[in-house]
Formats: sequence, structure tokens, C-alpha cells
Amino acid sequence: MLRILKKALFTGVKSEVLAEAGEQIETVGPELEAAIKKRFRGSLAIRAVDAGSCNGCELEIHATNNCYYDIERYGIHFTASPRFADMLLVTGPVTRNMETALIMTYEAMPKPSLVVAMGDCAANCGVFGKNNYAIAGAVADIIPVDVVIHGCPPEPTDIIRGILTAISRT
Amino acid sequence: MSLSMTLWVLNLAQAALMVLAAPLLAGIIQKCKARLQNRRGAPILQPYRNLLKLFGKEALLAENASWIFRTTPYVLFTTTALAASVVPVFLVDLPSALIADVIAMAALLALARFWLALAGMDIGTAFGGMGASREMTFSAMAEPAMLMSMFVMSLGAHSTNLSTMVQHALHLDHLLPSVAFALAALLMVAIAENGRIPIDNPSTHLELTMIHEAMILEYSGRHLALIEWASQIKLLLFATLIISLFVPWGIAESPAIQPVLAALVFWFGKVVLLAVALAVLETGLAKIRLFQVPEYLSTAFVLAFLGMLVHYILEVGA
Repeated sequence: MLRILKKALFTGVKSEVLAEAGEQIETVGPELEAAIKKRFRGSLAIRAVDAGSCNGCELEIHATNNCYYDIERYGIHFTASPRFADMLLVTGPVTRNMETALIMTYEAMPKPSLVVAMGDCAANCGVFGKNNYAIAGAVADIIPVDVVIHGCPPEPTDIIRGILTAISRT
Repeated sequence: MSLSMTLWVLNLAQAALMVLAAPLLAGIIQKCKARLQNRRGAPILQPYRNLLKLFGKEALLAENASWIFRTTPYVLFTTTALAASVVPVFLVDLPSALIADVIAMAALLALARFWLALAGMDIGTAFGGMGASREMTFSAMAEPAMLMSMFVMSLGAHSTNLSTMVQHALHLDHLLPSVAFALAALLMVAIAENGRIPIDNPSTHLELTMIHEAMILEYSGRHLALIEWASQIKLLLFATLIISLFVPWGIAESPAIQPVLAALVFWFGKVVLLAVALAVLETGLAKIRLFQVPEYLSTAFVLAFLGMLVHYILEVGA
């Protein structure tokens, strides 16, 4: 315990300034009302759903929580239940097994809410392809999507930029 | 303004302070924990923003939810706020202390927990029922320990009235061994009652390890806001209870402006110190196994019981 506390005290703050995003973020959904955006800008709860991903995207989502990227400084946190969430972060192509679960999760979120499709698989089924027998389609084929973050997998910087784009789009 | 009128006004101000300052305490703890993880962390006022946002969202009801599920957030918030209004914060002599003593305060908290456990079972999800059963199992052991540790203080003060107990603690001319036992027990119980590490993790996402969170998984919008606010008030309530009963120095004994302001500063400083201590503790410790929680809580009970024995052996008649 003392070793951990000593390390915590003498390492200092490691959070980095967020770098500029590449050409990875694409806004697709209808414009949100300014009032809603303003409300979410200071406080956003995210529910992550893995609709059939290879877990590469999950590793990058995990990295957004570490001390270098520190997504919490923007008032963004991940939740345990879709009932608490303002945003659904979907990864992977939507497999037939997860199709119903994804729709139920989307419907369980209180409105107003946002959907972000993350990774090439979520955007257009990626390497798995749309004609795969196990795949129901890309995320946008199942539920309405607001922002797409491309990349295989996208970098943590792109993920944070994409989420911020979704809540403060002009 | 007559004296009793002034006291009531100050009493109400004190209750309002407890309710309004509760999210701030949560924010301070979060910030400290973020810094200890070498992160910048969310702003200190983040819990207020979260509450404001939740109040503006729609509240969804599960298909099988009955009136119990709908009324629970309001019952929870009211009872917790009521319990918080009888604890002396910056003034010893409270008129509301006559309405509810320590036992009634513990009963109000138990009422809140009873409703929350009912609501957890009401919607019929697996996690709700599991959380309710865990919460009731542990509260059956936490509540006696909490009452016992406060009874040690009431034995010395010859009263269960919180104002009298704080007055007594304020005028102790030397440190008593029984008080040290009671303090240790109440600190342990406070951690368990508020679902902090090492008993429960308030920021966990793993449903299988949840205790408190598992019962509220179905709440959303303003219902969720009230429940979160109530649990923040409860944390501040326990912090204030520990401060007022064991380190009351600086608290005002008369309703004059100067002592009250000084008492406010003292109280705030002590709460911040407790918050930092809690953050350090939560960073350094891991959650203990579920089956070790009864051992932890019985240790707290035994400590409180030893405090009571020590009181009779060393302090009565001395």
C-alpha cells in the first residue's frame, strides 16, 4: 500500500494535452438542438456496447481512461447501465446474436441520447464484410448513428475527439 | 427575533447546507482520487453538473415497475435529508435534536435502505434482487455496530440526544480510551455504510461485485439524480457525525455570528481532511472479498463493545 501511495505522490500529473484528430471523424446524424448539446458538454455518461468486435477497439476505449488521455477531465465517464447513459458507444459489426441486444440497449436509454459508432467494423463492417452470414449489418443499419469514428482501431485521441464532436457539434 | 426563532433559522440553514454541500464533498474526493492516479480528473463541481443534467432527462420506468419503484427516490431523499438535519454541523444547541435522537436518526437511514432494497427487488431483474439481499445482509451487521459505537458516547453524556452528546464531547477535559474505541468502530462502519472501498466500489462496472449500485441499475433521469444526491448526503452526514462527536473543537455553542462563522470554517476544514484521508485509503486498498465483509463488520462491533466495557471498567466513578 505504501509503495503504491509513494508512486502516486511522486509521479505527478501525467495527463497530456489532447492532440489534433486526423481525418477519422465523420458526422452523419441530424443536428442536435443547441440546448441539448450545452447540457451534455459538461457532463456525459457513456455506455459502451460490444456488438461483435475483435476487442481491439475495447483496448483503445480502455486507454482513454488512463492517466495520459484522462477522458474524465471533460466530465465524461463510463457507466454500468444504459439507464444512466447519455451516449451509446458501439464497437464492432452488429452480429446477429447482438442485434436484439443492441436495439434493446438503445431503447433502454433515456432521451435525449446520442449514438457513436466506433471503428471501421461499426462504420461499414470492416474486414468481416456485409455479406457475412453471421452479421446483421453496420451499426447505422440497425440504430440511428450521430457520429462515426473511423480507424482499425481508432487511436484514443480520435475516440475522445469523436465523442467531443458528438456533444459540441456546430 | 427571539432566541428560539434564531435557533430554528440556524437549524434550517444547517440542514440546507448539508443538502447543498453534499455533491461538493463527492467532487473533492473524486478530484483527490484522480490526482492520486496521476490524472487531471473532472472539475470539483462535476457532481453538480451531473445532477443538473440528470434532472433534465426523461425518467424511464421498467415495464414491471410498481408504485414502490416510483416513490423510492423521493422517500430515500427525504429520509436522508431529514436525518442530516438533526446532526449538529456548526451549532451545538439544535431545536431539531429534540425531534430525533441518535436512534431515530439510525432508524431514518434504515428506512431509506429498506425502501431501496424493496425497489431493487420490485423490478424483478437478477441484479436488483442480488444487490438487495447483499445490502440487507450487511446492514444487519453494520447497524448494531453503528448504534453501539454511538451508545458509548451516550453513556458518558447520559443522553441519546445528539446536541447533548456533542456538548459532552466538547467539554471532555482529557481523552478517554472508550472514545478511541468508538471512533475506530464508527470509522469502519461509515466506510461500509457508504459503500466505499474496501467494502463496495462506488465506481464499479462489474455487476457481480456490486452492492449498492446493483439495486439502482434501472433508475434514470430525475429518479437517479435523487438517489445519487441522497447517497452523497449520507456520506456528508457520516463525516459530520464523526467530526461532531469525536473532534467537535471549534463548533459554536451560542448563535452569535462570530462563533458560527468560525465553526463553519472549522467544519469545512475537517470535512476536507476526512475526504483526503478517504481518497488516500481508497487508492491504497483493494476491495475485500464479499465473504470477508461480515468479519470486517463484526470487528467494528467488537471494537464498539470493547469501548462500552472500557467505559464501565475505567471511567465510571473515576
